[in-house]
Amino acid sequence: MNPPPFSEAADSFASNNLPRRKKLATLWQIVFQVSTIIGIIALSALLYNIINQSFGYVAIENKIDPQSLAVDGVPIEQLGKEELVLILEENVSKGKLRQLGREKPFEERSQEEMYGLVIDEVVEPQIVKTWLLSESLIQRDQIQAEMAEEYPQAELVFRSWVNKNFISSPQSSKPLFAGIRTAILGSLWTIAITILFAFPLAVGAAIYLEEYARDNWFNRLIQTNINNLAGVPSIIYGMLGLAMFVRLLEPLTSGSVFGLVDPTTANGRTILSAGLTLMLLVLPLVIINAQEAIRAVPNSLRQASLGIGATKWQTIWAHVLPNSVSGILTGTILAISRAIGETAPLVVVGASTFITFDPSSPFSKFTTLPIQIYQWTARPQDEFRNIAGAAILVLLFLLLSLNAGAILLRNRFGR
Amino acid sequence: MKGMQLSSAANIVENEAGHLANSKIPFVDLRKRTNPGEILIQVFLFICGAFSILTTICIVYELGKEALLFFRSPEVRLVDFFTGTQWQPKIMEFGIWPLVTSTVITSFIAMSIALPLGLSVAIYLSEYATMKSRSLIKPILEVLAGIPTVVYGYWALTFMTPLLRSILGRDVVEIYNMAAGGIVMGILILPLVTSMSEDALSAVPRDLREGAYALGATKMEVAVKIVVPAALSGISAAFIVGISRAIGETMIAALAIGAGPNLTFNPFRGAETMTGHIVRISGGDLSYDSIDYNSLFAIGLLLFFMTLTLNIISQRIVKRFREVYE
Repeated sequence: MNPPPFSEAADSFASNNLPRRKKLATLWQIVFQVSTIIGIIALSALLYNIINQSFGYVAIENKIDPQSLAVDGVPIEQLGKEELVLILEENVSKGKLRQLGREKPFEERSQEEMYGLVIDEVVEPQIVKTWLLSESLIQRDQIQAEMAEEYPQAELVFRSWVNKNFISSPQSSKPLFAGIRTAILGSLWTIAITILFAFPLAVGAAIYLEEYARDNWFNRLIQTNINNLAGVPSIIYGMLGLAMFVRLLEPLTSGSVFGLVDPTTANGRTILSAGLTLMLLVLPLVIINAQEAIRAVPNSLRQASLGIGATKWQTIWAHVLPNSVSGILTGTILAISRAIGETAPLVVVGASTFITFDPSSPFSKFTTLPIQIYQWTARPQDEFRNIAGAAILVLLFLLLSLNAGAILLRNRFGR
Repeated sequence: MKGMQLSSAANIVENEAGHLANSKIPFVDLRKRTNPGEILIQVFLFICGAFSILTTICIVYELGKEALLFFRSPEVRLVDFFTGTQWQPKIMEFGIWPLVTSTVITSFIAMSIALPLGLSVAIYLSEYATMKSRSLIKPILEVLAGIPTVVYGYWALTFMTPLLRSILGRDVVEIYNMAAGGIVMGILILPLVTSMSEDALSAVPRDLREGAYALGATKMEVAVKIVVPAALSGISAAFIVGISRAIGETMIAALAIGAGPNLTFNPFRGAETMTGHIVRISGGDLSYDSIDYNSLFAIGLLLFFMTLTLNIISQRIVKRFREVYE
């Protein structure tokens, strides 16, 4: 543990094998540099892999050629609503028609919606094969040859899996139409609840520990406990959330206490449960960061304020908090970006595997962006790997902008 | 009552003061007053602080309660739980070993990647790097640390596994295997080990380095023979926190390591870690009063105590380390 005694060290340094020692020194320096480069390569490989999956050629095969559906030479995207309804009635079974009508009557649907329906139900485009970006760029001719041979009916399109439709459309079992709208909204709702509960609690705890707590066994216990909680695996919080919020507090988290849901069918696997679980998870992190920010406020400020007769709370409210707010916010944002990427606890709390409607209240069922990525990745088909890659790009973009926000905040208010 | 006593006491003081100073100075009561608002705020802040204790109690209580239900059920024997080599809830076999061995193997692979790499990067950053390369490498590590674990899981499955399979052969490496998961887990832990080790290295007093240089040591000898041994306790703390992180890591395990408990010591075969098992079982339709549900909490409790013990050990080490140099 301690450095070797000087005599011994001096002996080993003074021995006259200088060339060997120099060589060894260079060797080790190379080892250290290579390790660092490996770290950089790892990050690049990760980004390369994701981008490689999110763009590339796809072969799409239509069940019915859209041109054959054109009425009097007018392509279907320019047809009126009534004609589209006619096409739908001709090509779709009665049962399916009734089901579609029940979801939303045809009279209430716009031309655009009807066009979407015709594409979905009649044309039914399907992905028969996908290629990675690297393949698409390098082996273009080979891909085209393969296309002509194996899928003569299919059309080869260069597809960016991240696109406007991907972000704005809800989940779907078909990878071509699947989107992450539900997941993004779910993530935002969950995070809003997390912030709402975690921020006041964490700042309160930090103020207590830094400004009020005396050095006794109980306060030391709180501090040690917070440090330990920060190291608890996130999945344990998921299990706590499952036992506490989903089961024990079910009337509250399902909303049946407020008469929003029928108590007999109430289910605690809601956005509120998820948000509260994440709140427990980020609380220690936000507290530790806020404590550091409060500790950085110079003591002279406090003494000056107390000296002119302010009470303790007045001092904290008017001097300590305004001077530490940027640090507290930066810490909060960093903790929140951790919460946004958190998957395991939410799977345990019970994210829905398949929902297509937007969450409307804290008592809605939920899915979040990372959970969507998890479920798509876990499927064996290649197309789902592609949309998982696209969803990862969106998630990373979201996290990166949050972190950039935190850095801006730190630079702007940091003194 | 109390107020009256106080005011009469104040009168006496005033009278005495008056006698002494000929009552020229106006009297101001300087004793601390209790403001009910302030007390209310203080109570609220105390509750916020104590909330974390409540969280810990809830974790131990809930995990303990369900785990107790599990061990009490007639199908389970405590001895079998700790000695059994099969985890098959369907046929009521609850031996924890297959889950523990895969957890240990993946953590071992992860640490054999993260420790040498992380330590080398830390030494490079603290002893060799110029300001310019530091300001390039630090943000890269921060980005690596900020990437969600599910992304690493995706990477393990779509990049590392195909890579291993193309190098070692498809017959050797299964689609789900512990090696790919472990390697990616090592890269995930790398930033943590690096930043903790670097803190420890830069806390080593400058005198030690200068002393060694004065004796004619090369830069590498200073780094490896002087600074690293002096920071050894901090480095071992980083190592232990890394292990604890690897044991608790879930999404890589759930996506890339496999979906079926399997007692094997071959890192290229699929297995299921403790965390992976919890996620897979609770992700499905799980009824609350089944033995499956309770068994998850038994695993969770074991996991909680494993990571807690490691964290406490590392905190102890760091504390001792601090005492040496302050």
